[in-house]
Amino acid sequence: MPKLSAILTLTSSLILGVLGVWIAYNVDMLPVSASMNAPVYDELYRVLFIIGAILFIGMTALVIYSLIQFRRRPGETGDGIDLEGNISLEIFWTAVPAIVVLFVGLYSYDIYDRMGGMQPLMHDHSGQMNNQAERVWGGIGSGPIESSSTKNSSSLPIELTAMQFAFIFHYPKGDIISGELHVPVGREVSLKMESKDVIHAFWVPQFRLKQDVIPGQPTILNFTPTKAGNFPIVCAELCGPYHGGMRSNVIVDEPEDFDTWLKENSKESV
Amino acid sequence: MTISLKPSNSPPEKLQPTGWLKYLSFSLDHKVIGLQYLVCGFLFYLIGGSLAGAIRVELISPLSDFMPREVYNQVLTLHGTIMIFLWIVPVVNGAFGNYLIPFYVGARDMAFPRLNAVAFWLIPPSGLMLITSYFINGAAQSGWTAYPPLSITTPAAGQIIWILSVLLLGGSSIFGGINFIATILKLRRPGLKLMQLPMYCWAMLGTSILVVLSTPVLAGTLILLSFDIVAHTGFFNPSLGGNVIVYQHLFWFYSHPAVYIMVLPAFGLVSEILPIHSRKPLFGYITMVFSIMGIVVLGLVVWAHHMFTSGTPPWMRLFFTIATAFIAVPTGIKFFNWVATLWGGKISLNAAMLFSCGFIINFVLGGITGVALAQVPFDVHVHDTYFVVAHFHYIVYGGSVFVIFSSIYHWFPKFTGRMLNENLGRLHFVITFIGFNLCFAPQHWLGLNGMPRRVAEYDPQFQLINQISSVGALLMALSTLPFLWNILQSILYGAEAGDNPWNALTPEWLTSSPPPVENWKGEAPLVLEPYGYGEKDSNKTQEGMK
Repeated sequence: MPKLSAILTLTSSLILGVLGVWIAYNVDMLPVSASMNAPVYDELYRVLFIIGAILFIGMTALVIYSLIQFRRRPGETGDGIDLEGNISLEIFWTAVPAIVVLFVGLYSYDIYDRMGGMQPLMHDHSGQMNNQAERVWGGIGSGPIESSSTKNSSSLPIELTAMQFAFIFHYPKGDIISGELHVPVGREVSLKMESKDVIHAFWVPQFRLKQDVIPGQPTILNFTPTKAGNFPIVCAELCGPYHGGMRSNVIVDEPEDFDTWLKENSKESV
Repeated sequence: MTISLKPSNSPPEKLQPTGWLKYLSFSLDHKVIGLQYLVCGFLFYLIGGSLAGAIRVELISPLSDFMPREVYNQVLTLHGTIMIFLWIVPVVNGAFGNYLIPFYVGARDMAFPRLNAVAFWLIPPSGLMLITSYFINGAAQSGWTAYPPLSITTPAAGQIIWILSVLLLGGSSIFGGINFIATILKLRRPGLKLMQLPMYCWAMLGTSILVVLSTPVLAGTLILLSFDIVAHTGFFNPSLGGNVIVYQHLFWFYSHPAVYIMVLPAFGLVSEILPIHSRKPLFGYITMVFSIMGIVVLGLVVWAHHMFTSGTPPWMRLFFTIATAFIAVPTGIKFFNWVATLWGGKISLNAAMLFSCGFIINFVLGGITGVALAQVPFDVHVHDTYFVVAHFHYIVYGGSVFVIFSSIYHWFPKFTGRMLNENLGRLHFVITFIGFNLCFAPQHWLGLNGMPRRVAEYDPQFQLINQISSVGALLMALSTLPFLWNILQSILYGAEAGDNPWNALTPEWLTSSPPPVENWKGEAPLVLEPYGYGEKDSNKTQEGMK
């Protein structure tokens, strides 16, 4: 009998594992991915989804199975089995989640690093000139922001000023002011953000990026769009009555189209 | 200070009002105070629920067309504040804590009965004050988080009343916490060791430690915020050189532990309910105790995971990711232990059991999304979106509120001496479970696809999913009808419960229903094995019943 239950346990865990993977690969809940770090994000999302699906389905199945299998039948009296604990089982389900959590933590650290999150922005970025990997979301505490956005000559510097209830973009090159964000495909954008009044947040769901825009503390967000198109910019921090209406667009153009747009709108001749 | 078990130390019985009037009095009886907390909390739940209904009605259409935008922000602020500070925290701590803890430690009342009554009577006035602010000059509009500078720039009257009322509620919570710690550690019946206490005592001890350590920080923060509003100081006002991020650190230093203040007592209550209705000992008592204390310690060092997009330095993001993810370990132990408690039992599928199992399923989902949210790269996309709304409603509604209902079904016979109708109870469970999942599960998708939280208007592509969510909310509202009917009907005409309808071993069942003032007619029973169920030794149950 112990052999049979071992086989049953193994089979059901195997089915559960396959089911988890199948669900994670077939239930797609994310919007289009349109920036360099979006595919990396989606990879993390998928791994988390697999682990979560296995855990959730497994626990739910165990609870429902127990409720059905061990229900009190009509006319039945007496108690269940006198089982106060099982040290090896308890060690097992302390150790396994600990290992899973450790794995998830290290893996997400790796993802974070690949997105560029661990690169300190306070240092000179000359060593990263050729680094094609995207550097993402700086923030306060990251040191002098000027140097980070200007040193990297290949990146396109843009300034964002947020206010109740609009985003205003300023292109230092050409001195363009725009209510919509125009960026070219494939070039890193370095967005320096500051708020005039309350806290706002800059979020482009298709880029999988968000950074609060804070009054009195400039923040920085770097990203590289990979797909031409029109994507929403959403304010994600409660900023007042019209918070829900505080939206704009990011228009990702092919490089030639972007240059044309830049030329047409420049105040100075470029 | 009175630390004595002798009946003579509380006021003479004839001076206290009797009948239903005692529930409106400054009663010192812990059972009366517990029920005062429960009924008062439930009334606020109905108000907070109506506000949630208003939010879901507004979100049926993508335009802001049901109420003015300012009012919408007031409604969402009041909804959050009422549900947290006037419903879940007072009920899982104050109501069940006051009713049960003296029984569990073998005492005749709490350590400080007058402080206890003061703690309760702070709640109705501060709750009323909060709600009245809406009718006077408009309530606070900056969400229950009250982030400056928004909370400094929105109309001051509502925000100041909000601060005062949260300060009073925080004070009530601190009084309660001190009282629970003193009662559990100092009023135990001689011969009763800490490791023999029912699990709810451990949960309340851990929760009260969190309350006493973290609530004063919130109080200090809100006082500074009120200075910024009234006296135009510049603690958090950037235009006067203040720092808005400091507020967030201070606020979340309380408000993340606040989540554990809402769920740890619920963990304790489930640990009482499951063994009784599956007729088995609680699985793994010692690991349960250690995991509660582990959650308490870790819960104090994870606050900045609410601030991953606020512009925190990389090392801080890394530390708080790891600390947060590790909370899953002690929490996971508790869930595996509960399932193991069910395993091999003789389970009664009554309303108390169903709500507890519903809690397990909901909370596992909320916990999984919680571990995902702890990962910085994941959080940066879904932070401040409906994904987070779904996550925390799975924790606080799917978790704590399901446990509150489970506990009401379980202890109602003790409170009133009458049984609730089980069929109505099961109906209540089915509608609540379906409604809850219909309301909140689709919100995960909304958040992932681009709908931020706290908005009165949204991208029209999200309309269908929002409508499904609103239908779920309607079901949740309807589910309170069989519950209310069941309560009213059973108080008047319910079947007589007897002293111990569940055949339970914990001390509150070893007295009459409802219990007399001072809890037991004779000496307090000494229960050394609160979970001594199980077939092997059939004498145990019979001993417990005597």
